[in-house]
Amino acid sequence: MSDQRPESAGWFADVDPGDLDAGAAAIYDQTADLPRDWPAEAVRTGFAADEADYYDALHEATLAATREAVEKRERSDDKQLTHAVRAMDDAERTANELAERLAEWAGVFDRDVPGGVGGAREVAAWTPETPAEERVVSLAERVVDLDDERAELRSFVESHAPDVAPNLAEMAGPVLAARLLSLAGGLESLAKKPAGTVQVLGAEDALFAHLRGRGSSPKHGVIFTHEYVRGTHPDHRGSAARAFAGKLAIAARIDYYSGEFKQSVHDDLTERMATIREREVSQ
Amino acid sequence: MSPTLPSGVERRRFDGRDRLATRGDPVYGEPQDDEGWRAWDAGRSKLGAMLELGMDLGIDGDDGVLYLGAASGTTVSHVADFAGPTYAVEFAPRPTRDLVGVAESRPNLFPLLKDAREPETYAHVVESDLDCLIQDVATRGQATVALRNREFLAPDGRLLAAFKARSEDVLSDPAEVFDDVLDDLRAGYEILETQRLDRFHDDHLAVVAEPRPEGSE
Repeated sequence: MSDQRPESAGWFADVDPGDLDAGAAAIYDQTADLPRDWPAEAVRTGFAADEADYYDALHEATLAATREAVEKRERSDDKQLTHAVRAMDDAERTANELAERLAEWAGVFDRDVPGGVGGAREVAAWTPETPAEERVVSLAERVVDLDDERAELRSFVESHAPDVAPNLAEMAGPVLAARLLSLAGGLESLAKKPAGTVQVLGAEDALFAHLRGRGSSPKHGVIFTHEYVRGTHPDHRGSAARAFAGKLAIAARIDYYSGEFKQSVHDDLTERMATIREREVSQ
Repeated sequence: MSPTLPSGVERRRFDGRDRLATRGDPVYGEPQDDEGWRAWDAGRSKLGAMLELGMDLGIDGDDGVLYLGAASGTTVSHVADFAGPTYAVEFAPRPTRDLVGVAESRPNLFPLLKDAREPETYAHVVESDLDCLIQDVATRGQATVALRNREFLAPDGRLLAAFKARSEDVLSDPAEVFDDVLDDLRAGYEILETQRLDRFHDDHLAVVAEPRPEGSE
């Protein structure tokens, strides 16, 4: 393709008549400042024999291009998101575990090493003097790398969750949305779960203990991490978790069956949470 | 009943009731008659509701149309049945998949997965001097979308928009929201007619407008 496209050129400007792939690519790769009478221009430049011929080519090209664009956007699908959030959790757990081992070992060298990934970052900056110190510093570098990878995975989840499940991501936040998808086994199965199940996703141990007659029923699973549940007074957390889970289940269904963003469901939840939080609490 | 139906749109009897209809491949399980006419459900289509209410839309068969917010193609399928070249823009991938299916049997319907707030991403595909800009996008800044896409309209073209109050502001009174939207819209359009669609769609205002000549903004 030439680099000297005029500022406003039609999608067909650099496309050979009949080259469907190039036409389809141009529809999504190019832009123009202003529209023009493209059918007439296509006929004038010889891309099409007449306007009917132009519209036929346009129909074929838009169908092929849009079908492909849809597939591409949908391929950033719920499975990728599930893998990413699980990998993110694994990276975090492993980084912490290695950081503890590292803090214990690095302490031998008579220096004050704080635990956790922060300590590992300090150790990674040491200049090793003995073979043992070399191992310690190298291990610290791995921990830092793992923690960086965790951060990358997190930003991947944050940018892709709204594509996969716009309403769920808006309501729960991208990371919790991805966790719910991961626990349910995908958007389809989450959309088919009743709200009561969504409420206790991630609290399966407590739920089954309760069903066997030991302990009370869990009020919330992983949705506890959301401000709506955690930030509500313990007296009303059950109500908050139930209301939140109910709307999350609806959000998942909208995302699965329609895929369009629906503002009203978010407004309903905002109002409902405000009502719950206005209730009096016991002294 | 209404004198303003565009050619290609008729009232036909379905199950003993007179309903709007166009001629084309069925899309969403709507009733059909033996002559290939299919009912146009005003409860599922804001443009259908505008016709049902007898608004003067100033559109006719074979008009060139840009449709913003085409969603799954329910309404745009009817538009493509009676209009000329019909460009359908939708932003969400899932409904666009259905829209592509609707376009397969309609050679004059061109589906585009694009953001209506960024017309430069489709100005190299959508032609200028169109007769009609139909807008049904549920995003904040609906007036801005109409203004940015004015460049596709012919000087005597029409904007047919359904503005949704809740997309702009949930808490304010819809009437106030609509006043603000219309104020913004006047920067580039002459407003010809407005009507609430409440009988068919809650908190929606239908607007028919004409672009103002360049430079009078």
